[in-house]
Amino acid sequence: MENFEPVVVAFACHYCAYTAADMAGTKRLSYPPNVKIIRVPCTGKVDMLHIMKAFEKGADGVCVAACLDGDCHFRTGNVRAASHVDAVRKLLDEIGVGGERLEMVALSAGMGERFAQIATEITEKIRKLGPSPVRKVSVAAGAA
Amino acid sequence: MITAERKPLSELVECVRPYGRILLLGCNECVTVCAAGGRKEVGLLASSLKMAFSKDGKNLDIKEITLERQCDPEYVEELAPHMGEAEAVLSMACGCGVQEVARRFMDKPVFPAVNTKFMGASERQGIWSERCAGCGDCVLGITGGICPIARCSKQLMNGPCGGSSGGKCEVDAEMDCAWQLIWDRLKALGLEKRYEENMPAKDWRPGRGAGPRKIIREDLAR
Amino acid sequence: MKTESVLEKVLASGQMAVTSECGPPRGSVPDKIIEKANLLKGYVDAINVTDNQTAMVRMSSWSSCIFIKQMGLNPILQMVTRDRNRLAMQSDILGAYAHGINTMLCLSGDHPKFGDHPMAAGVYDLDSIQLVRMVKDMRDEGKFQGGADIVNPPKMFIGAAANPFADPFELRVARLAKKVKAGVDFIQTQCIYNVDKFEKWMEGVRERGLHKQVYILAGITPMKSVGMAKYMKNKVPGMDVPDEVVKRMSSVPKEKQAEEGIKIALETIERLKGVEGVNGFHIMAIEWEEKVPEMVERAGLLPRPQV
Repeated sequence: MENFEPVVVAFACHYCAYTAADMAGTKRLSYPPNVKIIRVPCTGKVDMLHIMKAFEKGADGVCVAACLDGDCHFRTGNVRAASHVDAVRKLLDEIGVGGERLEMVALSAGMGERFAQIATEITEKIRKLGPSPVRKVSVAAGAA
Repeated sequence: MITAERKPLSELVECVRPYGRILLLGCNECVTVCAAGGRKEVGLLASSLKMAFSKDGKNLDIKEITLERQCDPEYVEELAPHMGEAEAVLSMACGCGVQEVARRFMDKPVFPAVNTKFMGASERQGIWSERCAGCGDCVLGITGGICPIARCSKQLMNGPCGGSSGGKCEVDAEMDCAWQLIWDRLKALGLEKRYEENMPAKDWRPGRGAGPRKIIREDLAR
Repeated sequence: MKTESVLEKVLASGQMAVTSECGPPRGSVPDKIIEKANLLKGYVDAINVTDNQTAMVRMSSWSSCIFIKQMGLNPILQMVTRDRNRLAMQSDILGAYAHGINTMLCLSGDHPKFGDHPMAAGVYDLDSIQLVRMVKDMRDEGKFQGGADIVNPPKMFIGAAANPFADPFELRVARLAKKVKAGVDFIQTQCIYNVDKFEKWMEGVRERGLHKQVYILAGITPMKSVGMAKYMKNKVPGMDVPDEVVKRMSSVPKEKQAEEGIKIALETIERLKGVEGVNGFHIMAIEWEEKVPEMVERAGLLPRPQV
């Protein structure tokens, strides 16, 4: 697995994290291309099933990137997201995929550097964890 | 509503392990409200099971169907066209729904995916608690609207026992003493005198005492 | 006289009654219960025999009662509604009475959760008040709970428990009144450490004239150590141990704490002797039965009346 390139899906809130990612881009900050960003109107809108589907379809890691505490455009979407993330982590542990593959982070629209840093850290963390057990099999099956 | 909780995934994995194609059923009634077996939970369980098997190199084919009501034969009949291809059924409905499916499809293995718990009400979002024991002879009219059978740990008809402390039950410090609640309510209603009446030994026949129960409404059943 | 019970005779004579308690063994040899009962011979009027106390399996109360009866002593059959339905309870009452056991104590019992079979179903077909009523109807009406006539009905002297210290306090006298209404003859109370609160409860009992309708035996349990005092205060539901009592226990050196505990118990007895409506004492020396004779003697409750 030396040339394992993790696939990380980031659900990024339109009002903060997505804008931060945008800023990272315009500032020409480099961060790993492994992170695939999905823009959402609010992380509170990220259904548990969305996260599950990401893993089911082969993501090695998922990141839910929300607004800072108290800064949610919809008041408490980030709080809801946090409890959804907790629940999915438990479920991933139960399945045997591992809850540590799911991360939640908080940042504001102005934090372009922070976004790049987070993307790097998560990619490295998932790289260390190795491919998701779900993906490993589908890749192997595809190869055969 | 009837409340339920999903069984541990490991138990469900073992149930469906022998099969390659299963039908995963939800119910749009009680188990949807208590977030145990509605469409959403069916989706999550399907995804979980698929991943649990695919990590072992096995492909599990799951068809998801959530019925309007799984305890009614009219709705269960809707499953008929899908039964042919399914090797087994995993149902997230309460025990009533599971049995209705099992009754209708005699030759299909049916497994419960939830543990059916109790008849309860939601205290607030995400918290449900037991309210009714289905004793068949409701006493709420004389106990201030709080059921001693469902809500007293010893189902005392003449409580509270000596273990009531600060409004809580000796069995669990988080649990309200039903008789404290009854007393508070009787006071609020100005019905303190009612407490003095001894409740006689209960006739359990209207409950489970006389075996499984049935209701026949002649006018509707005709 | 409603029954042949010695306890009833002592109480009816107007003298202070004394009862104590024996827990049956957790095995099938009766030696321990005989040994414990022997210690109490001549010092108490009757001996409670617990029924799976704290929801732990023990030799059945009625069979242990028979051993005690055979020694010429007077057992009190304790019966909890937790473990049996009304059929089983009535048949046990008939059987116990056939063996000459004529006094019983009706309880709901500790919840199974507290015992060694927390997975067991609690029966609770009846509650303690309904049990009292059932035993009374068996005796006075000669009827089973289901309504049929009893050939040779058992004549039980009927006891029940009262806990003046549980919540809500305002219901504690009212609940006693319900037991009286159900037909209880005597009451044994929860262990008393908060004497002021007990006296306040007794005031309420007298206000309603309940003391004229039921005999009340005050519950006394000597503390062995400050550790036990703290345990009773913090861990035992429905127990009221005031801070002063814990303080007093801890104010003496360890080796003198047992004696201090006995002193407190004796002072409580002395004070309660003067309370109108207290008709005797139920001395429960938990795993300390050998101390009961000394306590009865020092409390000036000897000799026990011959009735």
